[in-house]
Amino acid sequence: MASLTTRPRDAQTIPVSLDVNGKIYELDIEPHELLLDVVRDRLGLTGAKRSCDMEVCGACTLLVDGRPVSSCTLPAFEARGKRVETIEGLADKGRLHPLQESFIEHGGFQCGFCTPGMILAAKSLLEENPDPSEADIKHYMHGNICRCTGYKKIIESIRAAAAKMRSARSRS
Amino acid sequence: MLRRFRLEEPETIPEASELLGRHGETARIYAGGTELLLVMKEGLAHYERLVNIKKIPNLDRVKRDDGVISIGALVTHRRLSVDDVLNKQLPAFVAMEKNVANIRVREVGTIGGNLCFAEPHADPGTLLLALGAKLVAAKAAGSREIPVEKFFVDAYETALEDDELLAEIRVPVMPSHSAAAYLKFGYLERPSVGVALFLSLDGGAVREARVAVGCAGPTPRRIEAAEEILRGKSVDEASRRMDEAGRLAAGASDAIGDLHGSKEYKEHIVGVLLKRAFAQAVEQCR
Repeated sequence: MASLTTRPRDAQTIPVSLDVNGKIYELDIEPHELLLDVVRDRLGLTGAKRSCDMEVCGACTLLVDGRPVSSCTLPAFEARGKRVETIEGLADKGRLHPLQESFIEHGGFQCGFCTPGMILAAKSLLEENPDPSEADIKHYMHGNICRCTGYKKIIESIRAAAAKMRSARSRS
Repeated sequence: MLRRFRLEEPETIPEASELLGRHGETARIYAGGTELLLVMKEGLAHYERLVNIKKIPNLDRVKRDDGVISIGALVTHRRLSVDDVLNKQLPAFVAMEKNVANIRVREVGTIGGNLCFAEPHADPGTLLLALGAKLVAAKAAGSREIPVEKFFVDAYETALEDDELLAEIRVPVMPSHSAAAYLKFGYLERPSVGVALFLSLDGGAVREARVAVGCAGPTPRRIEAAEEILRGKSVDEASRRMDEAGRLAAGASDAIGDLHGSKEYKEHIVGVLLKRAFAQAVEQCR
């Protein structure tokens, strides 16, 4: 785990400016420290989960400059100068993001372990494709695994959020 | 858990090559890290130093010059899957890239890293074999071109020398009346079998065919015996002989039983995919 106290005196550190959910953190990071550990253990943002630990399941998904990454296998220094989004940053002044609302309204989760990753991956999907078909959603989300729902409700949630976001955009 | 390593960040190819030469087997090139960091986290490999080559300029471009598409080693799978030049010139390559691993791996992983890691259960090497690509290896002293056939030496082993890095992938543009197809099948995260076919038609006859099989054995390979069955035949006759071509391809694929299926199972899949790839390529040639 990333811990300042276990660092040997001659360890190489990289000064990194991290923008996480719009807040800037100045950190000294060792090359081997993973983004997931830095975000969870140093910043206390525990929404992203360590699960398969091999880039397969998507529970550790974070967005870096708006694009999804497996933070379990991405060294934290790779996020230097970039914008990191975690699930904790999605709500806007206490108001849930349309994806969060839709996942609640449509029962897009049961145990909730995969949900932060699902919602962040879906956010990047909707940014590049505001009106995805069911096939588009399945293709894009196939690397985010849910062991409870069977995916039907997740797909419904994403389509509903997409519709909501499109109509909000056409109103504004 | 990832153990400590030192990070080097050279800004030129000679500088990177010098570092690799100086540190030998204790150093390894790091680009996307989507394969390398997995085995390091598992403790299956450890390197004292990783040489991040992402600060070297101009290795992240796709360009077309003189009948060749040049793909920089640092271009990510994601960029390849949405690149306009490739989409127009090599649609089969784009289709393959769209289905590499998952969206997060495509976002971070690079084409060069994929080839250099030489993981047997990977997609791009197989299609590049059928497309007749050449790989440009560079070091401080200069560069050389390696045909894909000569690049993959064994599982996780390539023809690159210690102080060389892959700089560029050069793929000839598709001639007219030609098409390529890459089909794969698997039930785990990685494919069990991948089959690639390049086909060029002349009227109703097969002018040129290149067949490659990957994932089944330690390295992707060209299957010339299967190509010979198709070459010079009418499309109808070649279609009728697909079972035979499939059997030859399966036999020469060097399939081994592993987590992704038994030898016999993989050999069967090779035949099925080759038949489908042929039908798809013929359709697209027209």
